[in-house]
Amino acid sequence: MKKSLVLLTTLLVLGASLFANGTSESKATDEVYFLNFKPEVADIYTEEVAPAFEKETGIKLKVVTAASGQYASTLKSEMAKSNPPAVFQTNGPIGLAADKDNAMPLTDTKFYSILGDKSMALQIDGQPAAIPYAVEGYGIIYNAAIMQKYFDLASKKVNVSSMEEINNFATLKAVVEDMQANKDALGIKGVFASTSMSAGNDWRWQTHLVDVPLWAEFKEMSGYNSIVEAGLAASTSDFKYNQNFKALFDLYLNNSTIAPTLIGSKSVDDSMAEFALGQCAMVQNGNWGAGQILGVTGNKVSPDDIKFIPLYMGLDGEESQGLCVGTENYLCINNNLSDAAKANADEFLYWLFASDTGKKLVQEKLGFITPFNTFTEAEMPSDPLAKDVVKWMNKDGVSSVPWAFAAIPSQEFKNNFGADLLQYAQGQMTWATVVKNYQNNWASEYKLAHNN
Amino acid sequence: MAAYILKREGLGMQKALKKYFALFALPGLICFAIAFFIPMIMGLILSFCKFTDVTNATWIGLENYKYVFLNGEFTNALWFTVKFTIVSVVSINIIAFSLAILLTRNVPGTNVYRTIFFMPNLIGGIVLGWIWQIILNGFLLKYQVTLVTDPKYGFWGLVILMNWQNVGYMMIIYIAGLINIPKELIEAAEIDGANRRDTLFHVTIPSIMPSITICSFLTLTNGFKLFDQNLALTNGGPGKTTEMLALNIFNTFYGRVGFEGVGQAKAVVFTIIVAILALTQLHFTRKKEVEA
Repeated sequence: MKKSLVLLTTLLVLGASLFANGTSESKATDEVYFLNFKPEVADIYTEEVAPAFEKETGIKLKVVTAASGQYASTLKSEMAKSNPPAVFQTNGPIGLAADKDNAMPLTDTKFYSILGDKSMALQIDGQPAAIPYAVEGYGIIYNAAIMQKYFDLASKKVNVSSMEEINNFATLKAVVEDMQANKDALGIKGVFASTSMSAGNDWRWQTHLVDVPLWAEFKEMSGYNSIVEAGLAASTSDFKYNQNFKALFDLYLNNSTIAPTLIGSKSVDDSMAEFALGQCAMVQNGNWGAGQILGVTGNKVSPDDIKFIPLYMGLDGEESQGLCVGTENYLCINNNLSDAAKANADEFLYWLFASDTGKKLVQEKLGFITPFNTFTEAEMPSDPLAKDVVKWMNKDGVSSVPWAFAAIPSQEFKNNFGADLLQYAQGQMTWATVVKNYQNNWASEYKLAHNN
Repeated sequence: MAAYILKREGLGMQKALKKYFALFALPGLICFAIAFFIPMIMGLILSFCKFTDVTNATWIGLENYKYVFLNGEFTNALWFTVKFTIVSVVSINIIAFSLAILLTRNVPGTNVYRTIFFMPNLIGGIVLGWIWQIILNGFLLKYQVTLVTDPKYGFWGLVILMNWQNVGYMMIIYIAGLINIPKELIEAAEIDGANRRDTLFHVTIPSIMPSITICSFLTLTNGFKLFDQNLALTNGGPGKTTEMLALNIFNTFYGRVGFEGVGQAKAVVFTIIVAILALTQLHFTRKKEVEA
C-alpha cells in the first residue's frame, strides 16, 4: 500500500515536472520560423519550399499556417511564446500599427534591396518595416466556354455577342438575367456561384466588393497622396455609393445557384467548387483562386477559359474601370530576435524572391505576382488568372481600382457589415438599416481605433 | 471496548494524515498552482492592463471595465447564455433521469444501451459542432433555411447538440444514485400503499438528491462555459445573436486589436457570474439532500 502510494506520488511529481517543461520548445538558431497567411499554398511551403531552402542554405524552415481568418489571433499567441515567428505577415497600415513593436526596420536588409518600387513598403517612423510580396487582383471570374455558349444561343434576348461588349453594369445585368432565364439550356444551376456567407467566409463582400464604393467615395476627398491615405483620415463614411453596391450584390443573390436564404451555410470553397464543376458561369474572386478552380477533382473548366471582368456596379465612367489590384500581403521580420536569427530570416526572404530556385517556386508553385526587381517579365506566374490580372493592369484606357479597403477602421467593422449583409440577403433587414449601421459602425470603430 | 479501539485507530489515522499531508498534497498543489491558480491571478491582473501579449502589459486601472458593456453585445451574450442554460439544464436532467429510470428496470440489453447513450460524451465539442451543423443544415434545407437564418434555429440547434452530448454522462450519475437506493425503502413505500408516482416523488427523488445536485451543477456550469459547440455550430451567427459569453470573450480578446484587456475584463466578470450562480445552486440543492 505504502509502496504504491510512493510510486503514485513519484509519478505525479514527474508528470508535473513534464507539464512544467512542456511550454519551453527547443530553440534552434539555424531555423527560420515563418508564420504563413495563405492556407491555399500551405502545402507548397512545407513540401517544396522548406526542403529546397534547407538543401541550398543549410537553414531549416519551419512553416506554420494559420487557419483562414485566424491569422491575427494565431500571430498574437505565437508571439508570446519563447520561440516566436521570425517572418510574419501584416495586412496593411492598420495591421502594422498593431504590430509596430514586433516589426524590425528593414532598411539594411537584402530583402528590402530587391523591392522594385520602394514606396510600396509600409513604414514605421520613417523606416521601411513591411514589404509587399504579392500583388493581387480580383473581379468577376467568368467561364469563357459557358459565355460563348450563351452568345451562340438562339433564344437569347440580349444583343451582346462577346465579353468585350460587357463594359458596364447595365449590359452585365441584362446579360446575367437573360442567362439565368436560359440556365437549363446553358447547363448551369445559376449564373453566379453561391454568395458564400458562412462564418469567416464573407470577406468577398464585406471587404472586396465594398472596395469599389469606398474607392469612389475616397476619390472625392482632396488633399491626399493616395486613396488609402484619404480613407485612413476619414472619421466618417457615408457609404455614398451604397445603391451601386446593392445593385451588384442583388444581381449576385438573385441570379445564383442557390436561394438567398441558404447562403449562410456556404463557404468560399463551395462557391469555387461550383465554378470549377461548371455549375455556374461567374464567381467574384481573385487570382489566388486559380488553384481552387484548377485543383478541384472533377474540374470541368479549361485553364484557357478562366478570365476576369471588373466589378461593374453602375458608377460614372465605369467603362474605364479595371480590376481591383493591390496587396494585403506584407512581410515583416520579428524585431525581438537575435541578430543571427534576423539575418537568417532575411536570408530566407532574399533566397525565396531572388535565387533561381526560389523564383522558380514563386512563379510556378506559389503563383505570386511579385513587386521585386529580380523577376523579369517572362518570370511572371503562369496561372491563367494571374496572367489575366497582368493583362488588365496593362490594358489601354483602363485603370485599376486600388485596394481602398485597407482603410477600413477595424476587422470588427467588416464583421458587423458582413453580418448585416447576411441579414439583408435573408430578408431580415432593410437596406436602409444596413446603410445606417454601416455609417454608425464606421464612426464608432474609427473613434475606438484612434482612442486606443 | 470496540468503540475505544475504533476511536484510537481513527486518531492514529489522523496523526498519519497530518504527518504526510504535505507530501501527498504537494504534487496536486503544484499542478493546481501551475495550471489554474497562477494563470487565474495573472488573468485578474491583466484585466487592469493594456497589452497585446502577456509580456508587454502596462497598468491602466479600471479603463478596460468601461468597455465591457460597449454596444450591449456582452449583455446580449449574457441573456442568450442564461436562456440557453435554463433550457438545457431542465431538458438534459429530465431526459437523463428518465433514461436512468428506464435502464435500471432490468430491460434486456441494459449495458449496451448505457454504453450507447454514454458514447457521444467521448467526442470533442468542435467535432460534434461540425457534425451537427451538417446534420441540421441538411434537415433545414428542406425548408430553404440554414442554422444562421434566424437566431432561434441556432438556439435550438445548440440545445439539441448539448442534450445529445450530455444526457449520457448525467444518466450514468443518476443510475449510480438509483442503484444505491436501499430496496427496503421502496418496499416499505409499496407496503404503505404508495403508488408509482408517490414513490417517485417522495422516495426516489429525495434519495438521489446528491446526484441531482451534482448533475445540475455540471449542466449549469457546462451551459455557461459552452464554447466549442457554439463556435463550430453557428460561430455566433447571424451577426452576434447566438454568441454566448465564452465566445464573446474569445472574439473580443482575439478578434479586436487593442481589446485584449477588455476581453480579460469580460472574463473576470464572467468568472464572478458563474461562481455566484454555481454556489447559489449548490446551496439550494444541498439543502434538499436527505439522509436515507
